[in-house]
Amino acid sequence: MSKFHITTTVNGEAVEYLCDPKQTLLDVLRDELNLTGSKEGCSSGDCGACSVTLDGRLVCSCLVLGVEMQGRSVETIENMAQGEKLHPLQQKFLEAAALQCGFCTPGFLVAAKALLEKNPNPTESEARYWLAGNLCRCTGYDKIIRAVLETAADMRGSK
Amino acid sequence: MAHIVLGDEFGRQFTGGQTHFDLDVRDVRHLIRTLEGMFPGIGEQLEAGAIAIDNEIIPDPWLNPIQPNSEVFFLPPIKGGK
Amino acid sequence: MAGYEDKSFKWIGTRPVRPDGVDKVTGRANYGADMKLPGQLTGRILRSPHAHAKILSIDTSKAEKLPGVKAVITGKDFPEMHNGVLPGDEGVNFHYLSCNIMARNKVLYDGHAVAAVAAASAAIAEEALALIEVKYEVLPHVIDVDLALKPGAPLLHDDIFTTGVTPKPEKPSNTVQRIQMQLGDPDAAFKDADVVVERSFKTKAVHQGYIEPHAVVAEWSEDGQCRIWCSSQGHFMVRTLTARLLQMEVAQVRVIPAEIGGGFGGKTIIFIEPTAVLLARKAKRPVRIVMSRDEVFRGTGPAPGTSIDVKIGAKKDGMLVAATGEFRYQAGAFPGSPVGAACMAAFGPYALSHVRVVGYEAVTNRPLCYSYRAPGAPLSSFAVESVMDEIAQKLNLDPMDLRIKNGSKEGTQMVYGPKLKAVGNLECLKAIQNHPINKIPLGPNQGRGLAAGFWFNLGGQSSAVVNIAEDGTANIMTGSPDIGGSRASMALMAAEVLGIDYSKVRPIVGDTSAVGFCEITHGSRVTFATGMAIIQAAEDVVLQCRQRVAKMWEVDVEAVKWEDGHARPAGANAGDQKPLSLAQIAAKAARTGGPLVGSAAINAGGPGPAFGVHICDVEVDPETGHVTVLRYVAAQDAGKAIHPSYVEGQIQGGVAQGVGWALNEEYIYGEDGRLQNSGFLDYRIPVASDLPMIDAIILEVPNPGHPFGVRGVGEVPIVPPLGAIANAVARATGARMTDLPLTPPKIRAAIDAKK
Repeated sequence: MSKFHITTTVNGEAVEYLCDPKQTLLDVLRDELNLTGSKEGCSSGDCGACSVTLDGRLVCSCLVLGVEMQGRSVETIENMAQGEKLHPLQQKFLEAAALQCGFCTPGFLVAAKALLEKNPNPTESEARYWLAGNLCRCTGYDKIIRAVLETAADMRGSK
Repeated sequence: MAHIVLGDEFGRQFTGGQTHFDLDVRDVRHLIRTLEGMFPGIGEQLEAGAIAIDNEIIPDPWLNPIQPNSEVFFLPPIKGGK
Repeated sequence: MAGYEDKSFKWIGTRPVRPDGVDKVTGRANYGADMKLPGQLTGRILRSPHAHAKILSIDTSKAEKLPGVKAVITGKDFPEMHNGVLPGDEGVNFHYLSCNIMARNKVLYDGHAVAAVAAASAAIAEEALALIEVKYEVLPHVIDVDLALKPGAPLLHDDIFTTGVTPKPEKPSNTVQRIQMQLGDPDAAFKDADVVVERSFKTKAVHQGYIEPHAVVAEWSEDGQCRIWCSSQGHFMVRTLTARLLQMEVAQVRVIPAEIGGGFGGKTIIFIEPTAVLLARKAKRPVRIVMSRDEVFRGTGPAPGTSIDVKIGAKKDGMLVAATGEFRYQAGAFPGSPVGAACMAAFGPYALSHVRVVGYEAVTNRPLCYSYRAPGAPLSSFAVESVMDEIAQKLNLDPMDLRIKNGSKEGTQMVYGPKLKAVGNLECLKAIQNHPINKIPLGPNQGRGLAAGFWFNLGGQSSAVVNIAEDGTANIMTGSPDIGGSRASMALMAAEVLGIDYSKVRPIVGDTSAVGFCEITHGSRVTFATGMAIIQAAEDVVLQCRQRVAKMWEVDVEAVKWEDGHARPAGANAGDQKPLSLAQIAAKAARTGGPLVGSAAINAGGPGPAFGVHICDVEVDPETGHVTVLRYVAAQDAGKAIHPSYVEGQIQGGVAQGVGWALNEEYIYGEDGRLQNSGFLDYRIPVASDLPMIDAIILEVPNPGHPFGVRGVGEVPIVPPLGAIANAVARATGARMTDLPLTPPKIRAAIDAKK
């Protein structure tokens, strides 16, 4: 099985890689590019632990093939903090104890950031439905939803 | 003398039905040896479980002292989840 | 160690950011599957498609010849283990454990491992699996516990003879054990009851549902040592079991803990580690095995399904007179169900003079049933709480009044013998009784459900080291994996004892060669027991500091006291000395006797049981049978909350899992004995839009067995939700359902049957 040569943009940087046609974007990120912040919980698009944005759109990277990435642009959890400054969502997740084991956390943060970019003032219900594609088994979602809503309020206030 | 209570299972298997004993024992090791002397074979089974001495559950009992007025229960082992 | 002492705290009870937090919000934290070694191969496991079959032959020759395949192993590569439990085995039958990890002559469930390969890539490994030829002779299977208990059921093992029955059986059966515990004479006492309710219940097997699949990297070296990187609830457990199964000396195995992405009991046993070591040994390269979600469902250790009968009798005024329960628990393919704990915990919230619990455990053609948060208790509690609710309805009593009237408290004798010490059951009941939720009027198709729960909590063995750096900052190390914020609680306890700022304490989880033994992270034990080791190790440092300062001041050590992170004169006769900070003492450590290192290795007793009381409101859609959880309030006695946010998190997470157990989750098997829903699409755990905010109320009835009053908190919150939800649905629909989960079709059928 010969490999494909792909040129793409990851976290704002041009990247080249070789991948076989069966490898998902998640496989490429984790195994070829050593970006292990995106997690594999199911490889069927049900758990959201591998959430990334692809050309600005929230996707499960396990449902995208590595060979589809030619000329596209992907943003992962590794690029969420700007320099030494955490994104407000990251900071709020820490302060609000919105994580326990932390495995689902990168996916939640990427998904929540995508939500707030689309809808800076979500209701609780909107936040719950937007994040319904991200599974968390530790927290019961309470502190995660609170953290997202509080961050949204903080970010609106600071604008 | 300390008051010792075994589960019904021990009564059926080893002691001919008796599950309550008043024994003069220093510690758990001495207690198990004493019971083993009375009912050969019971000691290994007793060691597999936990013990409550004066309402304190002890998962790995052996050298724990037993007071003359202590109450001792033998319990099955307990597994935990998180 | 001294017991509980009432005092005010500087750090305990605060809510600082967890020490490992930044790594976990940036994606930097390394979980099991994130490890990568040079030359690493990909391992994959071939699993049985049959529920029960003889293995006639396994031909691996084609797989071995595939380019890129570096090793293939089967059950023949595993040493044969003694079939039984020897003294010192801590209750583990290593033959069964080994056979579960790799099948020998028979496969016992759909998903049972039969062979494994290591290859240069995942694609090659998968191709190799397809080339392994296994010939099976399919045997009749049994999935349901009641059927497995019946004489004539398909027999899984020919070496299981039921224990706990007389006379000893001469024939093998699937029934592993019968247990019984009794107080008083319930059969006679039922005659005094004005009302008796007796019901039978069925529940389905469920999975812990941790989001991180099991993962391991193993490396073998030519001198016979191996290193294992994996996520687990106890790397010392991984070390001991792997060493035993591979007949290695324990110290030759070094297990380095990865971050763990959830466990809930499911990672307190091993499934793939010895396989990875054998592959690495054969391939002479490091091997990584990461389970797929399908493998996690089919080949790990879910919680058992059950069949339960509960009978409770009460006087007109609600005073309980007698209760009995028979609890029949699946064990999966090998013994190990939590039926003992289920029996012991079932009636825990109630004071009963006449009570009997009987438990049966039966092996079935399912994956090994293993621990899931308060193992066994949610199911027995569901049955008891359902019957309690019906008693309240029959007697026209408030369900809360009924529970308070009969609530267990200090001095109550439990069915398993001992009496309770100080516990917070009544405090939890009263906190829920006084909660504003009770004043919210319910609309049509809405119901309010109440349930109480009990769990023992465990103590056990833990080790800890506190190293003071030359500037007075502290590195603290334990061997307990941090599954939900325990580094924060360890750092808080160390900061409290040392009297230094929380930010100056950096906790790590040490590997098996770096720190003393710690039992697995289970039984709600880490904050209690490993925390106690940290407290003692920090106290060891404080004593050393006082000794050093006594040398400096040329006084007796008793003349130096420790206060606010400083050594100070204990009284006037110690002289007029200026206080010395930990940093000042540490700076002089070389001159006063060397490094300041405190350590403790303990077997902590006195964990103190936990109680929780939950209330919830649901709305049932009569058209679809769908249940919406409107409100949920959970009160729990934490003894003392070290980091209240993470205590609330434990409560909220346990509730969510319990709600899933009550409403959605179940292992669904086909007639062919194959699992039909081995993915998160069809095995649906609660998502954010399924749940409301969960109001977690922490009560603090100090545990007399801990210096800060700590009780374990992780497990009891999953005990009451099944009963609370079922009781709310029963009151919303007017139909009492006794089979979990309460899926829409079942609810529709129950509503229709009532019409």
